[in-house]
Amino acid sequence: MPRVYGGPAGWISVLVPAAIFVWFLQFLAPVAAGEQVLIGTDWVPSMEIRLSFLIDGLSLTFGLLISGIGALVTLYSTRYLGNHPEYPRFVLFLLLFMVGMLGLVLSDNLIALFVFWEVTTISSYLLIGFDSDSAKSRRSALQALLLTGTGGLALLAGMILLGNAAGSFELSEILTMGDEIRAHEHYVPILILFLAGAFTKSAQFPFHFWLPNAMAAPTPVSAYLHSATMVKAGVYLMARMNPTLGGTEPWFWALVVAGGFTTVFASLLAVRQTDIKQVLAYTTLMALGALTLFIGAGTSSAIKAAMIFLVVHSLYKAALFLMIGIVDHETGTREVDRLRGLARKMPVTFVAGALAAISMAGIPPFFGFIGKEFLYKAGLELEVASLWVTGTIFAASVLMFMAAGISVARPFLGRTPEALAATHEGPAAMWVGPLVLGGLSLWFGLFSDLPEQWLVAPATWAVYGSTAVEVDLYLFREVNAAFILSLVTFAVGFVLYLARDRIRALLSRIIEANPIKFDPGWDRVLDGLKALAEWQTRLLQSGVLQRYMVITFVTLAIGMGVTIWTKDALGPLVLDLAATFDGLVFMHWAVLVFITCGALLTAYTSSRMTAVASLGVVGIGVALIFIMFSAPDVAITQLLVETLTVVLVAVAMLKLPNLKLRNEERRPGHAALSLVVGALVTVVIVAVVQDDIDRRITDYFEIASWPEAYGRNIVNVILVDFRALDTFGEIAVVVIAALAAYALLRGKRPGRVKRGEDD
Amino acid sequence: MELLVAIMVGVLVAASVHLMLARNVLRFLFGLILISNAANLTIFVSGRLTPEAPPLIHEGTDAPLQTVANALPQALVLTAIVIGFGLFAFALALVYRTYQNLGTLNSDEMRLAEPKGEVGK
Repeated sequence: MPRVYGGPAGWISVLVPAAIFVWFLQFLAPVAAGEQVLIGTDWVPSMEIRLSFLIDGLSLTFGLLISGIGALVTLYSTRYLGNHPEYPRFVLFLLLFMVGMLGLVLSDNLIALFVFWEVTTISSYLLIGFDSDSAKSRRSALQALLLTGTGGLALLAGMILLGNAAGSFELSEILTMGDEIRAHEHYVPILILFLAGAFTKSAQFPFHFWLPNAMAAPTPVSAYLHSATMVKAGVYLMARMNPTLGGTEPWFWALVVAGGFTTVFASLLAVRQTDIKQVLAYTTLMALGALTLFIGAGTSSAIKAAMIFLVVHSLYKAALFLMIGIVDHETGTREVDRLRGLARKMPVTFVAGALAAISMAGIPPFFGFIGKEFLYKAGLELEVASLWVTGTIFAASVLMFMAAGISVARPFLGRTPEALAATHEGPAAMWVGPLVLGGLSLWFGLFSDLPEQWLVAPATWAVYGSTAVEVDLYLFREVNAAFILSLVTFAVGFVLYLARDRIRALLSRIIEANPIKFDPGWDRVLDGLKALAEWQTRLLQSGVLQRYMVITFVTLAIGMGVTIWTKDALGPLVLDLAATFDGLVFMHWAVLVFITCGALLTAYTSSRMTAVASLGVVGIGVALIFIMFSAPDVAITQLLVETLTVVLVAVAMLKLPNLKLRNEERRPGHAALSLVVGALVTVVIVAVVQDDIDRRITDYFEIASWPEAYGRNIVNVILVDFRALDTFGEIAVVVIAALAAYALLRGKRPGRVKRGEDD
Repeated sequence: MELLVAIMVGVLVAASVHLMLARNVLRFLFGLILISNAANLTIFVSGRLTPEAPPLIHEGTDAPLQTVANALPQALVLTAIVIGFGLFAFALALVYRTYQNLGTLNSDEMRLAEPKGEVGK
């Protein structure tokens, strides 16, 4: 056992995933027998959100990959980052990610799945931006967050639609309802929203550009998140939903076209790179495209091929990323032109890298060969789009062969240049991971019964939605079309590898000439968003009180107007004037006229004293209304408050300047707005009063007031007993207002700010 | 009567909106007082106007014998009046203090936090 660096954080980070891996092993036998294991507990029962976990072939395969590769990657990180001052933070993020990813693949509840989905998004953001001093890291992190986060929101909307369509948020139930969902009126929106989530997460064209940028993260993160696990969350989602959403025309064409295009496009970009880590980043894109392509193709052999390739790719790609990390760690560069002849200096790393690269190139007897054979076989067997699928995967395989050469053969073989003479082997903790993964790539190829029985077959059944698929992996059985295609692949791949420099130059010229660039385009989208935010902030948050009030009242008027319009409140309005005037006495008229005149006078007078006096008239008038209509307590309060208000205003007046109160300029717009709001309020009140009143709460208070609270004044009982907490809150508000006012008035005068200083 | 009160509340609201759209913060404050009154009346009248029947329970009975005025809006309005007063008192202190420090009652000139020309930057 190699020594673990990084202190307790290092030990914990290795032991946790290792323990989870071992725990998962117990499910291998039942799942291989075709069983599903369900574990669950209620989380938010009122909203049908359960924390339930489903272990079937698909989630178990993912779970084993996540925890197994996780343990190797964290072991690797103890040396790669163990001396970094922020290492414990790194471990925290990585374990957080692992929890999120495991939860994602195991969740049986759609909402829980979404929560874990977002956990992986956030932890990926934190990990890409781990080198937070670098502006490039921060930009890449934010780009990944915004893009996958937007996709996540779309996914949430899709999940809610799906949950409503299915009547359940439990995947185990939804998976059995495929026919109903596919026939549902919301099927197409659900599909679009789900694919938006999956395509952004798994970096399918045209959302591909964040993934190569995400390589700003430390290499263990690239190996783990952005190759073996997180980016496969979108693939997982598509695979998981295949029995429910799959098998339709839109599904087939969306996945086959996007997946196929991503596959070829990414392979071409991969061989163009000179930074080996970038080569691997683009080949990861290619793998994600291929998985999407074959899940979309949807036949049993295509699903089988996708599941084989999922395992194949996770093993070799994680190994290669870790390998280039060691090379970078020991030589300080990842540039393909500067690395040469490292095999003699770093033999173990070379063996690990070579094992993985041969698997990637698809050479027998490695697992990668089986993967490629089954991809070809499934592509050739397709009834629709067979040429497209097979052609895509052939082009990708050829370029993979070439990329495998660029990433391992080129740096490790040949004579060691002077500059690299002092290079030595990386520490054991670092080469264990790639060696194990590379070794597995060979072992699974030689003994293909193992992955077949425990991983691929159960996963295929889960994705295909039936255990009727026969899964039988083999290295070689007969000379068929797929085998011949493989031989052609090697030949063409080898030729291309030899001509790599010329191809790279050609590709560079083509790509430079292409005017559509996604990464700078993304910046323009962000700039546009910022400009929009600035524009609407300038419009709404002008800093001018008057404009704020205009916006507030216009919004109020629109809100009331639209409500009146849509609820058709004006239609049944009856103006029964006879009933209105019935029983009115002089007193009523007097009060109404008083208040109306007081209000108008307040608004139109230019004298402060008149304004204060007419405010008093309004206040007293309102108190009189309360008295006339049986609200003595309210009236008393109103009178007290009104008196206090007038006194306070009068006192303040003594100190305030005798400014003219009239508006400096007449604004017809303001007057119109005032009239509109006033008229709308009148309409609302008339509409409310005409409707039947619901007195249930009042009735309860009337009946309960004496027997339960021993009070005969119902209003008082409501205030101090039934709604005592509200009254307490009210007192608190007044106390806070008083304290704040006191503090304002008592504070020392800091001296007037001179005019002009704020210009 | 409800109809007439409704029209009167409309006038109150119109007057207070007009006041609150002014640059002079004292006028704004007067608008605030008026609009609180208008809001209280709106709640009150929504519970219907019942003359000469305060919500009280006679000695010796467990509940009101005849129909009495709606107690619920009364309780709500009572709370609203007091809170409205608290808001007003604080706003007045703020206006007063602002005048002491900035020497103006014109809200357009109160731009210490957001100086002109820097808005939106």
